[in-house]
Amino acid sequence: MPFDEMRLEDGSVRAPYLEVAKWLEGVTSAQLERRRAEAELFYRRGGITFAVYGDAQGEERIIPYDIIPRILAAQEWAKLKAGLEQRIKALNAYLADIYGPREILKAGIVPPDLVWRNPAYRPEMAGLAVPHGIYIHIAGIDIVRVDGDDFYVLEDNARTPSGVSYMLGGREISIRLMPELYGAHRVAPVENYPNELLATLQSAAPRNATKDVTAVLLTPGQFNSAYYEHSFLADKMGIELVEGSDLFVRDSVVFMRTTEGPKRVDIIYRRLDDAFIDPLVFDPHSMLGVPGLFAAYTAGNVTLANAVGTGAVDDKVVYSYVPDMVRFYLGEEPLLKNVPTWRCRDPNDLAYVLDHLSELVVKEVHGSGGYGMLVGPHATGADIALFRDKLKADPTNYIAQPTLSLSTCPAFVDMGIAPRHVDLRPFILTGADGIRIVPGGLTRVALRAGSLVVNSSQGGGTKDTWVVES
Amino acid sequence: MLIHVRHRTRYTYDHPVQSMIQALRLSPRNHEGQYVRRWQIDLDQEGTLRPGEDSFGNVLHMLSLDGPLTSLCITVEGEVEMLDTNGIVRGALEKFPADLYLRETPLTLADAAIADFAHEIAGKAGSNKLKVLHGLLGAIHSEIVFDTEQTDTATTASDAFRLKQGVCQDLSHVFIAAARHLGIPTRYVGGYLMRSDDNIHQEAGHAWAEAHVDGLGWVGFDPANGICPTEAHIRVATGLDYLGASPIRGARLGGLAERMEVQVTVADSYPQDLAQQTHWSKPVDAIQQASQQFQA
Repeated sequence: MPFDEMRLEDGSVRAPYLEVAKWLEGVTSAQLERRRAEAELFYRRGGITFAVYGDAQGEERIIPYDIIPRILAAQEWAKLKAGLEQRIKALNAYLADIYGPREILKAGIVPPDLVWRNPAYRPEMAGLAVPHGIYIHIAGIDIVRVDGDDFYVLEDNARTPSGVSYMLGGREISIRLMPELYGAHRVAPVENYPNELLATLQSAAPRNATKDVTAVLLTPGQFNSAYYEHSFLADKMGIELVEGSDLFVRDSVVFMRTTEGPKRVDIIYRRLDDAFIDPLVFDPHSMLGVPGLFAAYTAGNVTLANAVGTGAVDDKVVYSYVPDMVRFYLGEEPLLKNVPTWRCRDPNDLAYVLDHLSELVVKEVHGSGGYGMLVGPHATGADIALFRDKLKADPTNYIAQPTLSLSTCPAFVDMGIAPRHVDLRPFILTGADGIRIVPGGLTRVALRAGSLVVNSSQGGGTKDTWVVES
Repeated sequence: MLIHVRHRTRYTYDHPVQSMIQALRLSPRNHEGQYVRRWQIDLDQEGTLRPGEDSFGNVLHMLSLDGPLTSLCITVEGEVEMLDTNGIVRGALEKFPADLYLRETPLTLADAAIADFAHEIAGKAGSNKLKVLHGLLGAIHSEIVFDTEQTDTATTASDAFRLKQGVCQDLSHVFIAAARHLGIPTRYVGGYLMRSDDNIHQEAGHAWAEAHVDGLGWVGFDPANGICPTEAHIRVATGLDYLGASPIRGARLGGLAERMEVQVTVADSYPQDLAQQTHWSKPVDAIQQASQQFQA
């Protein structure tokens, strides 16, 4: 039996869920269905869609929204929050180190090839002093639970994590469609996220910037799957949404073209991958970036959030060293747990993994979005045979983890109310003035019975997450 | 030996360019066997040239120009005192451990054909790394025909290896791909070569590779000539591949079609006829160069 966040094994309801249980007893399926339809309409009207990569039709879809909120008690959240703060400090310290003095390599804690041969490591960043020493201004750290005690980190997203617009959209729906349930709880607010993000960005401006700093959001454009989120966040923050061609660099200073003439830009919240930001330094064929941007960055005249090269900390092998980073940089024991990870690059680990494929989850080191992974217990013999060949051909490209029995929460599905597996992506903001985390985050739910894959690209949905004071 | 270099890059545009930005890796540094007596970059247009250094330790100038601009000529000119070091590079600014140069890049990816080729050479040469590298050098020099028509700056190592044709850049990329595949850290070098014949006027700079050998450090290999670099090889910039050591990477707003012409003169004395030198490389389509038009 997986750990259910609402009910104990004897069927009785855990304290944080008492109001939800009461509400679920008093509501009919027809009422829930009507609310679900209204929620879908809200997303459709708002244009809150996403494109599935690799889908032949490339159609825009709406991420299914489950209207039953997930509840976290304030004391549970406090524990998680402390762990997230600790972890983001360690991740940032690691990046500052591998692009600076390389102490963790000298100490023999992380194998050097995980830096030097890591495609997400950007040698161009070495020796560069980034503004305020901050690399990961915005992180999304995926958390799962397997019992009532511990939080496990599933993965760190340190590049351009998305999904926060679903967190904010979900909250808006809760307040509108379920005022009675919402009103029965003291729910910690998340609506201030855009303000917190803007404050974080502004605090991270270069030290030589004027008092009245200008931040912009740089998007790859409307064909990006997260374009809706880019325009939504820019709008909520009251900053310009720009594409590469709206910016230019003159004498190592970044300007934005405006109807009133060029305007200096101090902070760029970029939702554009490293490879595309500047054709003079990275992919020379990129038409999405700004020529000269990297020179402006190295001159200290603009802040990029996130910094370039943050992906060097978030692949699935480097992940397995994060607890060591916490100890090395902070001298503390990690508050959040890591999922035990077999590194297939290690011959002993590989042998174990090959012997236990039917029990394990095998993932590509640089994979994301739930693509290219094997969930052993749910895989066919043919799938396993195929993966065995892939693993043998290129072991360094894979890690394996035990199949976690992810916690479940009640969800409203075709068959009624049933427990479904969930994870949680809190968004961690790091500015020059400290760390901000709005309480909760984006809960993703695997709506298919028994499924452990919560990714939206794989049929997962979202839920609102309520951190409640008891 | 004192070597004199003049390297001119001339751009002409069909329409006036509104603005232009370029990253220039055109200035050599000192190390053992290479001493820069004087070196300067001149422009025939008003522009800002901001000197700096990239993370690999190359001298990097950022050039910004405002239009309208229908042509631009960048002239690099200087003198370098050179000594033969048997191809071994000592005293150069090193920013990374050698293992960084095992990274794969799109231009230097070893496909199955290059991998097989590398293993075949290594099999013959045995365990001595230097022997393996000399084996690669000789094989690439003899198997890949120098030809300026078949490849451009976007040609990958595997494309050049399949064509069995290419320029110094392509041969260097093949060498790098093969050596890295064998686990030998290897990098790209852009620079100038004083030719052993009396042909001092050239149409381009030169390129070769350096591999890291335990006990020796970085050792140069020039697959286009099948030799290790001599006092005739002036090192200007190094990188993981051509893109990291490219003399000019630029972008511009406006201009429509661009013509780029190059003129390089390398001689062991100040050439008497330098002022009269009027031969330019035949115009090349700009997209074949690292310089791209940036659409507004």
